[in-house]
Amino acid sequence: MKYIPTVGLEIHSQLATKTKIFCGCPTAFGGESNTHGCPVCLGMPGVLPVLNKHAVELAMRMALLTNGEIQKRSYFARKNYFYPDLPKGYQISMFEFPLIKGGYIDLKTENGPKRIRFNRIHMEEDAGKLIHVEGDIESYFDVNRCGVPLIETVTEPDFGTLEQVSLFLNQLKELLIFSGASLGNMEQGNIRVDANISIRPQGQKELNTRTEIKNMNSFVNALAAIEHEIARQTDIVEQGKKVIQETLLYDPVHGIIAPMRSKEEAHDYRYFPEPDLVPVFVDDEWIDRIRSELPEMRNEKRNRFIQEHGLPEYDAEILTTSPDIAKYYELVIGEGADPKKASNWVMGEVLRILNETRITIDEFKVKPSMLAELLIMIDNGSISGSMAKTVFDEMASNGRHPKIIVAEKGLTQISDKGELKKVIREVIESNPNEVEKYKSGKTNLIAFFVGQVMKMTRGKANPQEVNVILREMLS
Amino acid sequence: MELFESGACDLAIKIKTGTISSEEVTKAVLQKIEQREYDINAYITTTPELALKRAKSIDIQRIQGKDIGLLGGIPMAIKDSIITAGIRTTAGSHILENFIPPYNAHVIDKLLDAGAVIVGKTNTDEFTMGSTCETSYFKPARNPHNTGRVTGGSSGGSAAALAAHECIAALGSDTGGSIRQPASFCGITGIKPTYGRVSRYGLIAYASSLDQIGPMTKSVKDSALVLSVIAGYDNRDSTCLNEPVPDYLTEIDSGISGIKIGLPKEYFEEGLDSEVCDITMKAVEIMKSEGAEFIDISLPHTEYAIPTYYLLATAEASANLERYDGVRYGYRAENPENLYDMYCKSRSEGFGIEVKRRIMLGTYCLSAGYYDAYYRKAQKVRRLIKEDFDKAFKTVDAILTPVSPTPAFPLGSKINDPLQMYLADIYTISLNLAGLPGISVPAGKTSDNLPVGVQFMGRVLDENLLFRLAYALERNVGTSLTYEGAVV
Ligand SMILES: [Zn+2]
Repeated sequence: MKYIPTVGLEIHSQLATKTKIFCGCPTAFGGESNTHGCPVCLGMPGVLPVLNKHAVELAMRMALLTNGEIQKRSYFARKNYFYPDLPKGYQISMFEFPLIKGGYIDLKTENGPKRIRFNRIHMEEDAGKLIHVEGDIESYFDVNRCGVPLIETVTEPDFGTLEQVSLFLNQLKELLIFSGASLGNMEQGNIRVDANISIRPQGQKELNTRTEIKNMNSFVNALAAIEHEIARQTDIVEQGKKVIQETLLYDPVHGIIAPMRSKEEAHDYRYFPEPDLVPVFVDDEWIDRIRSELPEMRNEKRNRFIQEHGLPEYDAEILTTSPDIAKYYELVIGEGADPKKASNWVMGEVLRILNETRITIDEFKVKPSMLAELLIMIDNGSISGSMAKTVFDEMASNGRHPKIIVAEKGLTQISDKGELKKVIREVIESNPNEVEKYKSGKTNLIAFFVGQVMKMTRGKANPQEVNVILREMLS
Repeated sequence: MELFESGACDLAIKIKTGTISSEEVTKAVLQKIEQREYDINAYITTTPELALKRAKSIDIQRIQGKDIGLLGGIPMAIKDSIITAGIRTTAGSHILENFIPPYNAHVIDKLLDAGAVIVGKTNTDEFTMGSTCETSYFKPARNPHNTGRVTGGSSGGSAAALAAHECIAALGSDTGGSIRQPASFCGITGIKPTYGRVSRYGLIAYASSLDQIGPMTKSVKDSALVLSVIAGYDNRDSTCLNEPVPDYLTEIDSGISGIKIGLPKEYFEEGLDSEVCDITMKAVEIMKSEGAEFIDISLPHTEYAIPTYYLLATAEASANLERYDGVRYGYRAENPENLYDMYCKSRSEGFGIEVKRRIMLGTYCLSAGYYDAYYRKAQKVRRLIKEDFDKAFKTVDAILTPVSPTPAFPLGSKINDPLQMYLADIYTISLNLAGLPGISVPAGKTSDNLPVGVQFMGRVLDENLLFRLAYALERNVGTSLTYEGAVV
């Protein structure tokens, strides 16, 4: 018998605010343990949360991009459970009255269009981190993540294939990143996925018992886990047994799915409205302002790059993989670099170095104006393309300006005709045999003469100029 | 002793003008503490060195011609449910017995800015859950008017400290009557401001939607002075009202002629001690003679106030107290077998019986399957109680009621009967549910020489009128400083 899977997703995304959702501590990733904390996010006695408005605005952007209904009035609620990474003993989340209801994303699958509906998007705070050291009987607590703002996007159980899940996750991530709602950095845990999965025989309408796989921190893992779970459930049903409702964890290293310990899952969260916060009121004026502030999304950007900068589709596609790269590119051409040449350099050299050194474009030492300067120097002939690559590598490693590097290394190209003629004359005089052969028709010997000139000038001669002058003098 | 016949208002002027130094006043208060604490237990922690150092520095500032603030040099007692940086803050609990916070409550910042001198942290029922100060992990405070009697609670320590002259002014907190009831029992003045009038930042939460900090003082004018210092907007408390703070003292003496006062019949039914009733009615006569007009009113949902309160307050408390888990600060049980065991033991050993009772009650009320029947229903009744007041305040400007059904009762007489004890708050609880202000002011004494206060209730942010009414009564009855039998 054939079985049809049904999958629903819950995606936790970190909002790209500078400070936490209920206090002024920074959200920056990678701080030393317990350096981003204060009495509020540490859950000390008597302290109170104060909502970060910007977090609400970032969540609203997602609603506008997915046709969700922003509620005029929503409430935070306390979700109660004990865990050492949860300082207050409750997580401030939303329950009965979420910020956003409904919404959807349309997918273009191989079998045609598919709409994935949202149940809701709500806001909540993240918990801290526990650090377990091998062989140590104590565990350690890090407050840095406590109170980092999240949105949880809950879909309806609308997924029937892995392709849909994959397309959806990538599309959602693109919306998160391009809207500026999230940095979307998977390695830093900016996006985490839970999946609800059930299978049913073809032809059956009602859904069967589902299981939930929690806390998958990459799309690859999520897809693998869902695939595993579908196979596992199919096995169970084919053996004539029943799937039991449980919460599972996926171990990507060993590729196994195992139930969470029952103590971790058997929660009655006792949700109730958070009395320390007032309701979130949103009026049309606020929504309109957020709509007007929405950044350019990827499709618009790609089309604009093709039209405005005359780029091929391929270049536009690559340059818009992230808003940061796109912005970098536009800053380079804004400084006067040729759009196509700039595109080649960004796609080639810039992305190469970012990949090799695993840094972000913000950390990249060659600022847009510096790359533009280098490209202009190539254009006006003051350095050669091959020299430029050497200069670029040095710029990337020490962040110095191209003109300074060129001057210091004496790399300035020789384009002065008189100077070049002197060198070329010398080359011709010392290679009479080759001159003879050239004149008798072996014109491809031109490359040999160019090479000799380059050797004598240690690569500084302007090759175009050399070519022209050589042909003149040899004829 | 003449010093103790002066309240905060008088002393502040004397200190400001150099008639007396803050050091002298502080020393006298510290001396009183030394004399009286052995049988009063008003304080959990005293800070004599800090207080003297601070008093001296205030005196120096004065001599240098600096503005020393509205409370410049006044020795104050702070309920131990209010966070004080660098000073142990226990909330009357074993679980916070050694907790020294690194931050100040908003009201403490305000007091310090106004020049107050903190002399110590006063006794309270554990996490302010109680009406007698007897659920304190430390020794219960005793009523200075009769040390065999309770002080009332939970702000019993602050009330006792005032009555025994172990401070000049104090702060308390009120969730269901915790300022007003001990004020009545100890013969002092205490006001629970409108919910949101004073920032709760740094008030150790019992029930967040009901808690409010307020002044407790020896006179009505002193309460007005202290409230004008601590009230006002604070962006660290989202429920704090962003409304201007009037100068409560300017109009306090403007009389009450023509003010309409309601007498709710539900507050004068079965269970009200006859002497308390007599004293309350005497207050009514005094107010009439001052020009007030009395109107019989009804607050029909009053009988539901206590069950509503004990569902909502305990529900919020069950979550508010989850942070005391032994992980980051506070008491942690020794040698737990595992994480779960550490939680269970730390909380079982760290909390007292009343706190555990309320956590259980609140947890139950929020549990799956019970939420609608208890929590949600209680929220609906809360709205009805509030509507009772809205309706009443269409016809009257204020409401006069007893504060508590009885005067201070003997220590130990109700502690083992929680339902009886909960009834001690029957006249004060509705006001917290409605978020409205109420003041308790001395109205007389029983034949056993125990003080009894009456309560004025007012509209949202109408503290000004409450001060005027209470002051009109005080002018006739006398303050805790001057009336006969005051403990000096
Ligand atoms: Zn913080």
